[in-house]
Amino acid sequence: MNQREKEQYLRDYSILKSKGKPFFPYAVAKDSLMAVVVMASIMFMSIMLGAELGPKADPTTTTYVPRPEWYYFFLFELLRIIKPAVLTPVAAIGAPTIFILLLILLPFYDRSPERRPERRPIATTAGILTIFVMGYLTYLGASAGSPNEIDIEVPAQYEKGKIVTAQAGCLACHKIGHNGNDGPGPELTDIANKLPKAALLRTLENPTAPMPSFKDLPQEQKLAMVDFLSQLRGEEQGPPPE
Amino acid sequence: MAKTQLPTQPGAVKTGGARRKPTTRLGKAQETSFSAVDWVDERTSLSGGMRWLMFRKIPKGTNWFYTLGSATLFAFMSQAVTGVFLAMYYDPSAINAYESTRFLTNEVFLGEFVRGMHRWGSSVMVILIFLHMARVFFFGAYKYPRELNWCIGVILLVLTMAMSFTGYLLPFDQRSYWATIVGVNINGTAPLMGPFLSDFLRGGAEFGATTLSRFYAIHMLLIPGLLGALIGAHLYMVARLGTTAPPWMKAEVSPELREERV
Repeated sequence: MNQREKEQYLRDYSILKSKGKPFFPYAVAKDSLMAVVVMASIMFMSIMLGAELGPKADPTTTTYVPRPEWYYFFLFELLRIIKPAVLTPVAAIGAPTIFILLLILLPFYDRSPERRPERRPIATTAGILTIFVMGYLTYLGASAGSPNEIDIEVPAQYEKGKIVTAQAGCLACHKIGHNGNDGPGPELTDIANKLPKAALLRTLENPTAPMPSFKDLPQEQKLAMVDFLSQLRGEEQGPPPE
Repeated sequence: MAKTQLPTQPGAVKTGGARRKPTTRLGKAQETSFSAVDWVDERTSLSGGMRWLMFRKIPKGTNWFYTLGSATLFAFMSQAVTGVFLAMYYDPSAINAYESTRFLTNEVFLGEFVRGMHRWGSSVMVILIFLHMARVFFFGAYKYPRELNWCIGVILLVLTMAMSFTGYLLPFDQRSYWATIVGVNINGTAPLMGPFLSDFLRGGAEFGATTLSRFYAIHMLLIPGLLGALIGAHLYMVARLGTTAPPWMKAEVSPELREERV
């Protein structure tokens, strides 16, 4: 926007403004009505949906499924879609940081004087696309199950480890056969071919972020989990989902 | 009926003699309230500012989309009020946090209702922020001369998301505990700043007793203070620059004015 366009805008704006109505009471009335609607919806949601309180936080637990608040689902999904471990920081921090920077700097790189959405094809398309992508990612995040069961046939001595693994919530981020989510963590279906037992234990205790550490898990459960993981060679995939 | 008389100039000193003596009881009561307003105004000159704020003109064509910003502000105020009531019962220690939340939810009169309002109010606030932001974006309202206000708005969005993140831990149930561990770990993967940020949030290398009180202090003192200050700046600039007219509104000078303009 050059000086002439700026002056033109200010001139047009002062004309429109002079033809308008005073803030009080016209805008105040609309705003107040909207405030009533907002208050009513918050109260309605509170009454209908309540404030659930789960079981007490327990660092030694094996049954948890970390889930963020719904409006963080799109970030959560981004983490799952961008799989390779090297790129995890890019997805977790890089993408949101770049997005926020692009937002903050928006008025500095979009300097055209045009304001009508239909005459700003790039901005309007980008805006609509962003809304769709965020909506779709939120939908994916919301519909992603958080299963606590692993549907795989294993020899009896690994049953315990299978249950521990399922209840520890590994499937929230890892895929085992047909179970669980494909990312952000690597697939575990054939993890035994990639990591020896000692390395599995080490990873459980000192994982790469964002995976939480399982150091506080009772030793017996941890070893059962490692036993189970160390026999996953990819050949036993369980029945396909129906 | 006596009309409310605002001083024509900010700080203008009223001399009592000009006004007629009230005779009825209602008139006397009105006179007392006017003199109280005058008393404050004589010392603060607030009436000029109030007049500037309340009687500024809103451009032609302003529609319901323009209420989204004030609706967000209202959701924030609801969060602030419900938050104060929750803080009356909440104890931010690792031992008592869960128990105090349980007590608040199950035992305190209307406790679950107020906690539900705070919990769902955050969702409503985030939705309203995104709607408000979409309105500003598609109407091109972030352009000259309102660029700086857009930047402040984006910072307000980030701070609101940080409010949500720090508040999520406070009930200290399984869900909040584990989601926060993953969230802090994600922060830790950031280059350079990451590890420091995670250590700062946890209050050390491990998730420990200080983490909860730290999140609590950030959630109810640090970020709300920043939010309040920036909302003030945001609103001041809205009043200063005026709200935009919808982009399709044409500025037409009325014929009488056009003639005058030579």
